[in-house]
This record gives sequence, C-alpha cells and structure tokens, in this order.
Amino acid sequence: MTGAADMVIRIRGLENRFGPHVVHEGLDLDMRRGEVLGVVGGSGTGKSVLLRSIVGLRRPSAGRIEVFGEDMTGIDETRHAGIAARWGVMFQDGALFSSLTLRENVEVPLRAIDGLDPKTRRALADLKIAMVGLPPDAADTYPAELSGGMRKRAGLARALALDPEIVFLDEPTAGLDPIGASAFDRLMRDLVQALGLSVFLVTHDLDTLYALCDRVAVLAERRVLATGTLDDMLAVEHPWVRDYFHGPRGRAARRAPSGPGGR
Amino acid sequence: MATVEPEHPQGPVLALDGQIGLTDLDRLRRLLAGIGGAPRATVSLAGLQRLDCAAAWLLLAEQERLRQAGTELVIASVPPHALPLIEAVRANLDGAEAKPHRPLSPAMLLDRIGRRVADAGAFLRDLLQYLGLFAARLSNALRRPRSFHLTALVHHCEEVGLRAVPIVALMAFLIGVVLAFQGATQLRPFGAEIFVVELIAISILRELGILLTAIIVAGRTASAFTAAIGSMKMREEIDAMRTLRIDPADALVLPRLVALVITLPILGLVADVSGLIGGALMSWAELGISPAMFRTRLIEGTDPIHVVVGLVKAPVFALIIGIVGCRAGMQVGNSAESLGRMTSSAVVTAIFAVIVTDALFSILFAQVGL
Ligand SMILES: Nc1ncnc2c1ncn2[C@@H]1O[C@H](COP(=O)(O)OP(=O)(O)O)[C@@H](O)[C@H]1O
Ligand SMILES: [Mg+2]
Repeated sequence: MTGAADMVIRIRGLENRFGPHVVHEGLDLDMRRGEVLGVVGGSGTGKSVLLRSIVGLRRPSAGRIEVFGEDMTGIDETRHAGIAARWGVMFQDGALFSSLTLRENVEVPLRAIDGLDPKTRRALADLKIAMVGLPPDAADTYPAELSGGMRKRAGLARALALDPEIVFLDEPTAGLDPIGASAFDRLMRDLVQALGLSVFLVTHDLDTLYALCDRVAVLAERRVLATGTLDDMLAVEHPWVRDYFHGPRGRAARRAPSGPGGR
Repeated sequence: MATVEPEHPQGPVLALDGQIGLTDLDRLRRLLAGIGGAPRATVSLAGLQRLDCAAAWLLLAEQERLRQAGTELVIASVPPHALPLIEAVRANLDGAEAKPHRPLSPAMLLDRIGRRVADAGAFLRDLLQYLGLFAARLSNALRRPRSFHLTALVHHCEEVGLRAVPIVALMAFLIGVVLAFQGATQLRPFGAEIFVVELIAISILRELGILLTAIIVAGRTASAFTAAIGSMKMREEIDAMRTLRIDPADALVLPRLVALVITLPILGLVADVSGLIGGALMSWAELGISPAMFRTRLIEGTDPIHVVVGLVKAPVFALIIGIVGCRAGMQVGNSAESLGRMTSSAVVTAIFAVIVTDALFSILFAQVGL
C-alpha cells in the first residue's frame, strides 16, 4: 500500500527561505495516489508556499520534490510541462483570466492539445462547466459578472480541463458562505469519486477536512509536524494541533455526520 | 488500443483497451465511424485501464449521433473504475451541446452605436453634475471653513503643483528652444530674424505654454486622481467613509479640484517664463539676439493681453482635468481590471477635453477680438 509506486508526491528535506526568513526547513511529505490530503496550519506557516513549490511556481532553496516519481528540482522545461499537464491547480479566487468568458477560460488548457477541433473543444469546455455544477448560460459570462463561489467553480473547471491526476486546491472554501462551502465540499467529493482524483487540499476549514480528507498533514514549526487520519490528529500532543482539532469548531465539525466514511 | 471484430453475429464489436484520452479523440471517432451502419454495434471496454472525460464524452455523444442515424451502439463491459466517470459525464451531457456562436447582425450593430451615443450623453451630463457638486461644496466650505480639509489641500498642492514644476519647466524650455530654432530657419531668408521674439512670445504665452502644461498635468494628475480614488472605491473605503458620515466629495474631490485650480495657473506661468528663457537662449546662440535685446523687444513689441488670454484658460482646464479624473475614480468597480481601464480612459478623456476646450477658447477670443 505504501510502496514508492503509490506515491504521487514525495518531498524530502524541503527548505524555503525568503532572505533571513525561513519558511520551511527539513520538510518531508508524502501523498498517495487517489487520496485527498488535507494540509492545515496557522496563517503564514507556508501552506501556499509549499503548494507553489510543488507545482514549480517557486524554486525551493533546498530539498527534493518528486511528482509521479520524477525529481522536479532541476528538471528541464519540456519534461516539466509534460508532468504539469497531469495536474491542475485551482487558485484562491479562481484566478480566471478576466478578459475571457468562462468557456474561453476552460478552453485555454485545451488549446495546447494538437488535433482538437474548435467544436469539440467547446463541447468539452461546456462539459467541464456542467460537471462543476455551473448553469449552461454561465459559460458565456465574464468572471467579473459572477459571485465568488461561481468563480471558484469555474477555476476548478479550468483546473480539471485536461483530466488531471492530481488537483491542487488552495483554500477552496475561504470566502464562501457556509452553504456555498458545503456545496463545494459535496461537489469535490463527487468529482474525486467520478474522476479518481488525488487531491492536495490546503484549507483552514474544519468542515471541509471532515467532509473530504482521507489524511491530514499539519504544518507547524517549519515542517510537517504530523500526518495521519483525522482520528490520529486528535491524539497529537502539540499545542496548536490540540487547539485546532479540540477547539469548539473542531468539536462541532467532528460531530457533523459527513466524514469520508459516510459517502 | 483497439481491436475490431466486424463479423460478430450481433453486429460489429469494437474492443478498447489500455488508456484512452483527450489525445486519442480523432482515432476513436474514426473507429466508431467504422462500426456504424449496422443496426447494432458494440463497444467493449473490458480491457480499459484509464478513460478520461473527453473520451467518455465522445463515446456518449457518438452513441447519441448513431442512435439518430439508426444504429444502436451498446457500451458493454464497463470496468467498475470507469463507471462513475461515465455516469458523471452522462449526467452533464446537456451542458456540452456545442451552441452556435451568435453572429453580429446589423440590428445589433445599430444597437451598439445607439448605446455608445447615449453613453456619451450620459457622460457629459455626469461631468456637469460633478461641476455642480464642486460648486455646491465649495460654497459650503466658504461659508463654514472648518469643514474644509485644509491638510488635504496642502498635500494635493504639493503633489499636483510643486512636484510637476521640473517636468513642466523642462518641457516649456525645450519648446522655447525649438520655436526659436525653427523660427530662425524660416525667418532668416527674409532678413526678419528679429520677429522671432514675437513668434516665441505670442505662441508660448497665448497657446503653447498653458496648453502643453495642461496636457502634461492631465497625464500626470488625472491618472493619479483616478488611481487613488478608484483604489479606495475598490476596497470599499468610500463606502466606509459614507457610513462614518464623512462626505467623499468633501474629503476627496473638493481638495483635489481646489488644488488643481490653484496650481495649474502657477504651473502655466512657470511654463511661460521657462519657455521664454529657452527661446531667448536659442535666439542668442542661433541669431545673435542678445538677452537684453530680447527683453526690450519682448516688452515693447508684445501686448501683455497675450499672457492674460493664456492664463485665463488655466482654471477651466484645471476643472476639466480634475473632474474627469475624480469622476473616473468614482466609476471604478470592484475589479483591478476596471481600475486600469478607468485610469487610462481618464487620461485620454482629459487630454481630449482640454484640446477641445482650447479650440473653443480660440473661437471665443477671435469673436471678441482679443
Ligand atoms: N514572495 C514572498 N516574499 C517574502 N516572503 C514571502 C513571500 N511569499 C510568502 N512569504 C512568507 O512566507 C510565509 C508563508 O506564507 P504563505 O505560504 O502564504 O502562508 P499560508 O500558510 O498562510 O498560505 C509568510 O510568513 C510570508 O510572509
Ligand atoms: Mg495561503
């Protein structure tokens, strides 16, 4: 089960520093194929920096990052592009291109595929837009005309355009109202099941953690302090971890009947 | 990836195996076309390892297309791992019917032109409204000076006026130099070099000094006003002011406009002086007209009314630039894109409006014989 072949992401000794400010030091993390890994940690503990390092938006100061068994540090551009086509990234506010309609946004990654005629491309974009639960007439609107929740869904549709194996999500439910957030959780759960995704999920939202995650990694003190199932987290003796999972919100989320076992 | 068994008793069978995805669509489409035509055909997915949404979509879309053409396409032996995907795609198939693009019809074109014209009318009315707002707030502030934001006024005078002095002076100096040089070249053949003084004085004092100053200030300040007010609008600071019962027109618009009305004439004067200095230096170098002679000639030969005609336009330009800039800032929506769009549109509009107004002034002064 935990053989090297099952690991889609393997990080060893990662170090990230901004001048004198060390964000990560000796960080190790594994992510298995087909799992939803929740990455939690206080504000400024470097969750976004970790995500950006993995997807190659930031060159780490030291350490080794393997994705699909390939070392991503010092990889040449064409090979990187080949691997990057197997993952999708959804940024916090969707990061949609504001000058394009939703459909055109979703079509952007599809344009890189040779031999895809425009009609098929449009149909595939519309399919993804429908799959993330957006109404068909949303496809012709511009991002500025949409609510935050709809922009996030559209960002997800674009991240899913090429049927990636891994999806990276940075705080997908931040800024959504509770109803919108749990709708997003449900959508993600259905998509994970239908598309067989592995998900790297950065979040603050305890409800999302309980609704989606198979495993959790806690970032603190510049490294991954603990990994394991949500039940394992309850036993971790670290002040932040205890406050986070045993605090009033943690208790409330735990009681809610929406664990991954309850699918 | 595929084997075809065309002579199967229950119609042709296409067996897919391995991985099928986005890059195989063309091939898959051809294979499916190959087994169409019979009343019944089968696609077997038994050996399939990975199927993506695009391939699933194609299978289902072709199934529908073949059904309409009279062929029943059976998708058989779906492996368990592909089942949820196929179901998810089937559930969302309606959204994926490629809708045709709406072409641009003459009626839509007409509609668009009409909207533009109406927008332009609304824009002019808006500017007038801001002018009225400015007048009302100004009279208010004159009656109750305590409500006036004096610190802001001083700050904006520095930003708009003092900091623009170097660029305005340099620009005018160079214009003076160019005029003297061009004038010398043109006038020398006629032995009329001495008239270069009038040429420089009249063109700079009457027109160029203030017009070019206004254009520079429009570029510098209208954009700065839009960006400053617009980014406050974007971050809901303007709304916060309203809830705290601070009037944004008092706090943001009035000091900026007053600062411009005060400083633009001064900047125009700076431009006039520095343009004359540039012209005098070039006349000395090129034509041997000494600065003393230039001065005498300037005082004797040039009617001071030219200075008045030039500078009287300054407050009007100032109001135009300020109003266009502040209004554009207030129009900014909640996206960074609209901030950028409004900023550049403020600059273009301000410069255009300044030039049009200058033309109107020329006609006016010609009519009254100044
Ligand atoms: N481009 C940058 N330059 C300097 N410091 C940065 C930069 N990006 C992030 N940091 C620092 O790295 C730390 C982690 O940031 P981030 O990953 O965004 O935190 P979070 O866990 O909240 O997502 C923060 O302390 C931040 O100040
Ligand atoms: Mg972050």
